[in-house]
This record gives sequence, C-alpha cells and structure tokens, in this order.
Amino acid sequence: MLKIVKRAEITPMQSMMQRCVAVIAALAAAAVFMLIMGYNPLTVFWNLIEGSLLSEYRFQQTINKTIPLVVISLGIAIAFKMKFWNIGAEGQFFMGAFAASYFALNFTFLPKPLLILVMFLAAMIAGAFWCFIPGFLKAKWGTNETLVTLMLNYVATKWIMFLQYGPWKDPNASGFPRIPVFDDAAVLPEVFGVHIGWIIAIILVVAVYFLLNKTKLGFEITVVGENIATARYAGMNVKKVLLISVCLSGAICGLAGMMQATGIEHSLTYQLSGGIGFTAIITCWLARLKPVNIVFVSFFFAMLIQGGAYLQGSLQIPSAVSGILQGIILFFVLASEFFSQYRFVQIKKHTPSKEVA
Amino acid sequence: MKKKLLVLALAALMIFAFASCGNDESTSDNSESQGIAKEDIKVGFVYIGAIGDEGWTDSHNDGRLYLEEELGVETAYMENVTEDSGCEDAIRNLIDQGCNVIFTTSFGFGEWTQKVALDHPDLYFMHASGNIQEENMSNYFGRIYQARYLSGIAAGMKTETNKIGYVAAMGIPEVVRGINAFTLGVRSVNPEATVEVVWTGAWGDAAVEKAAAQELINKDCDVLTKHQDTAAVLLAAEEAEGVSCIGYHYPTADVAPNSYLTAPVWDWGPYYVEQVQKIIDGTWESESYWGSEVVKLDTLSDLCAEGTEDAIKEAQERLDSGEWDVFYGEIKDQDGNVRVEAGQSLTDEEMLSLDWFVEGVIGTIN
Repeated sequence: MLKIVKRAEITPMQSMMQRCVAVIAALAAAAVFMLIMGYNPLTVFWNLIEGSLLSEYRFQQTINKTIPLVVISLGIAIAFKMKFWNIGAEGQFFMGAFAASYFALNFTFLPKPLLILVMFLAAMIAGAFWCFIPGFLKAKWGTNETLVTLMLNYVATKWIMFLQYGPWKDPNASGFPRIPVFDDAAVLPEVFGVHIGWIIAIILVVAVYFLLNKTKLGFEITVVGENIATARYAGMNVKKVLLISVCLSGAICGLAGMMQATGIEHSLTYQLSGGIGFTAIITCWLARLKPVNIVFVSFFFAMLIQGGAYLQGSLQIPSAVSGILQGIILFFVLASEFFSQYRFVQIKKHTPSKEVA
Repeated sequence: MKKKLLVLALAALMIFAFASCGNDESTSDNSESQGIAKEDIKVGFVYIGAIGDEGWTDSHNDGRLYLEEELGVETAYMENVTEDSGCEDAIRNLIDQGCNVIFTTSFGFGEWTQKVALDHPDLYFMHASGNIQEENMSNYFGRIYQARYLSGIAAGMKTETNKIGYVAAMGIPEVVRGINAFTLGVRSVNPEATVEVVWTGAWGDAAVEKAAAQELINKDCDVLTKHQDTAAVLLAAEEAEGVSCIGYHYPTADVAPNSYLTAPVWDWGPYYVEQVQKIIDGTWESESYWGSEVVKLDTLSDLCAEGTEDAIKEAQERLDSGEWDVFYGEIKDQDGNVRVEAGQSLTDEEMLSLDWFVEGVIGTIN
C-alpha cells in the first residue's frame, strides 16, 4: 500500500534540478502529443521560440503579454505570502479597469498627465476595495476567502458585461455592444514601442521585493502566513496586517486592469483579461511568490501565449492545440512541486492471514 | 437590381475619390497598379470562431480553401479571435508572418482592421459585414436577406402553431434586416404566423443559444431559425418533438436530419478568387460590395411542406427579374404604421441602418 508523507527539506539545488527535470519531461510529453497530432515537435518548438522572440514585433508582443502577468502575480504574491488565498485577481483587475475607464470616458478635459494619474489612483482604490471585501469578511467572521474572492470575480465580470451591453454602450456603434474607444488623452504613452506599463511593472517588482523582504509589514505578513498564533503571541495586530495587505494585493491587481485597458485595449470590454487573472495565480505559484522569479516565469508564459498564436498562423495548428501544450507543461511542473514536498512510501500490511467479516 | 448596385458602386467611388482628395500623401505612394506575383501573395484570414463550427467561420474557411485550390496562393488563418485588441494582434501577427492580403470576417473587426490598414498602406485589407472603406480596405457582404426571405417561405408553410422562433445575436442592422426579411417571407405565405425573437448577446455561444432555443420551444414555436454562428439551435430542434429548423450560414442538414428544412448560406469562394486575382493583376480597388452572388438557399429537405419548392421558386424568379426586392411596399412596422408605401422600397442606405421590426415580429431591438 502506498502512503504519502512529507519530505524533509530539500536544498535549493535539488529543487532546481527537480523543476528542470519536470520541464524536460513536459516537453517530452508534449512532443509525443504533437507526433500523434501529426506535427514535427522540433518544428513546433522552434516555431514557438521564433514566434515569440525572433523579430522586434514578436518580442514586443511577448512583452505586452508579460506585463499584466507580472503585475497581477505580484499582487497575488502579497496575499499568498500571508496564506490569504486570493483567487479574485480577475475581479480586482476588472474593477480597476472599470474605475479607470470611468475617468477615461468622462474626464477627458483634464490634462493628460493628471488624467492618467487620476485613473491610476482610481484603479488602485477600486481593486483594493474589491479585495477588501473578502478580507473584511474573513477578519470579522472568518469566512473562506477562496470562495468569496472567486465569486466576486463573476460579479465583476458581469458588471462590466452589464455596462457594455447597457449604460456604457457606444451610441455610435449602430447597435454593436461595445464601450467607446478612449480619447488619446487617456491612453498610456509608449516607450520603446511598448506602453509604459513595463516601467511600472519593473518598479513594482522592486517595491514588492522590498516590501516582503525588508520592511516590518513584510515580516508581519510572513509571520501571519506561517502561524497566526505566533503572530498574536508576538503582539502583532493580525487583523490590521490582514486588511492592509489584502488591500495592497487588490490595488496592484486593479492597476493591472487599468494598464491593460488604457495601454492595450484603449477601451473596456468584458473579455479584457483573457483569463490572465487566473493564469497569474499559476505564474505566481510557480515563481514561489518571489518577485524576481515572477518576472522570468511570466515571460515564459507570455512566450507560450504569443508563440501559440504564431503557431496557428505558421503551421496552421488550431488554437486549441497550443492551449493543450500550455496545459501539459503546467501539469508536469505542478506535479514536480508536489513531489518536491511529498513522497510516496510503501508500507507493509499487517493484516491477519484470514480476514473475517 | 443591377442598377442599384451600379449606383452603390458609384457612390462608393465618389466617397473614395473625396477621401483621396483629402489626403494626397497616401495616394502618391500607392503601388496598387503594379500587381503582385502569385508566388509572393500570402492571404491571411481572421476568424471569429473555430473551423468546424458548421457556420459562419466554416463558410469563410471553405472560401479560403477554394482560393488555395483555384489560384494556388498561400494562405494562413487565425481562429477564435475576439472583437477587441485581440483582433489587432491577430492581423499584425499574420502580417508579421508575411501576409499581404488580409480578410477579417466579423463585424466587430472593422475598426481594428482599419487601424492596421492605415499603418500598412501597401497591403490589402477586406472586411466582411462592415461599412468602413479606406483606400486599401474594402468591405464586403452579401444580400443574405434575400435568401432569408426565401427560407421564411419554407417556415411559414411548415408551421402549424403559427409561432416561429428566432434566436439572434445582437440588435445591429444586419441582424434586424435578417429578422425582417425572414418575417416578410413567412407572412407572404402565412399572414397569421408570428416570429418571436430571443437575443443571446453573443455570436457564438452554444450553451446560451441552445437555452434560448428551448425557451422558444416551450413557448410553442414549432419552427426555429437563428442568427448565430453555431448549430446549437438546430440541435435543440432536433431533440424536441415536432419542431423543425432552418439553419444559417452553412449547409447543416447532417446536424439535424429529422428537423432541417433549409438554410440561407454563403458561397464566398468565387468572390475571394476574384479579389485576389485582381490584386495579382494590379487592378484591385477598394470597394463596398453588397451583392447577391455570394448568397444562396441550401437545398430544400424532404421535410418541407408541400408546395414549398414552387413558392420559393416563384419568389426567386421575382428576385432574379430585378423588378422586385424583399423590402418593397407596402410594409408596416410592429405598431401597424406603414413604413414603406406601396410602390416604394427601402434604399440600400435604409436597409443598412434598419432599426425597426416589421409587423409580425414579437420582440424589441436591444
């Protein structure tokens, strides 16, 4: 009979090795899958790299897709560090985008820098509020934050859908349900062909690293995450730490929504996120909540997304196949995470020779 | 009919001429008269749905395959593209991979196509079902409302409850026009029948479409049709007892063999070949095409009521004569007001901006 037991601590080196093995195994499994589908795996892999890196345009696209992943992952990391399972990044993203869009659509008379700043703050406040709700409910009544954050995603998405099909519908679109395109004043400027979100993302990486590793709040977050009793015993105000950090988490996710709406879409749609609020949970987790790792993992995922789109055009591989590819890689890496913490042991059965009843 | 087309084409040409007066720079560097060698052409298609949807996307993909076969040009495509910046991404990805002719095949792709077209004055863009024209960007569509009218005749003759259900995506003029044409067809043979509309808010969401269809069946509708990209409505009809269905976009008799009557369908292949051939020859000019050549009615199934074939044939002949079209008066709206006097007809412009339902439609435009 098999039993699962927790492993003793493994060294960072072992952990690295394990993850590399997982990625290689994933690529091998993906290769088998592609062979079955009738594609040459080497060509496919090469196309993935070619399609995500090897031209200025493709690289820019990959960066465009990296930015929101990085920012949301950072937001999630703060909450996860405290073991507050914020599955609601998608909703916070949309509420941030909503608040920013409100100003983008109605306050175009403001000078551009001021308008952008206002949108910035509005998005952070809205995102923070959307994450404050489950934080407050948990602090007050001990509700399960996984469920509450997850459900609030749907509320947010439906809210945007309502706006798009109702009060915010563009009257000049002859009945087509879409929200008007933003005025130029509300569009993020570009640096090196990519909207300035990439600079904001880099600043946030440094800031979150600093917050989690070098500040009192970061220390408190870690302690609360490890053991609430210890935190209380040490005299920490657990509820206050919880509420501040969930607000920070939500604010950063909301900011990502604003950047996506004004940097990429130049409008708001209920499909704005394309599911990155959920993908970011994975990138954040794979990066072990470490801000610098988040950048690399997010970039890798952005390569898969952009390369996947390229595959469709170049090899006429259906879009679903590139999704499966991402799934396989994910599956293996997550499995390796499991095995880095647990292992199977065989235990001998001490059953009587003849069992009655 | 031909005359109207000519007028439309002339109007488009004039707009085109005015537009080019206003912006001299872009005309000077146009290389359209040169033509492109067949081997250097790569045609990119942007689809809103997935290939295999047995609907709108398949109709265009068949056109793409026909194009490959007839002209031997290289093609590429992107499936499941969203009507937002995802469309711009898809077009730019195709261009990045060497496409120099782009077909985008959903209404919501229009402005994104225009945006990229303006960035690439040397490439060719064609957008289905929209109304934006640039020097290097055409829009093209078919007078599917004519086939809609014909399919309405089949529905009107088949229904016994005199209630017909219509599952529709969005209240844009294209959809409203289809509903009106269909209803006029129904009531041309069965003045008692009504057409009830349920909106889904999305072009292709099989689950929502099926639920909408079931709602209509519960309301006693015994013939269903749809303005949706998937075949979900037909499946709902097939599962229900005594319900017939009329497809849209694509011949789908095999999906619902026990309920399928017919369908207004597209035939894009010849148009695609013609356009790309013009690019090869260097004679291509942007246009607003709205013709009858790209639409037809699918073969009538054995389930159609007796006499359907003759009635449809008679209407088809009237259409072909060019002396009559679907929106010829007298036509009343839902409230019974006469909107088109006898002897009058809707102009193309009025048809392209239709925002009212004809008498016999139950529902409101959302």
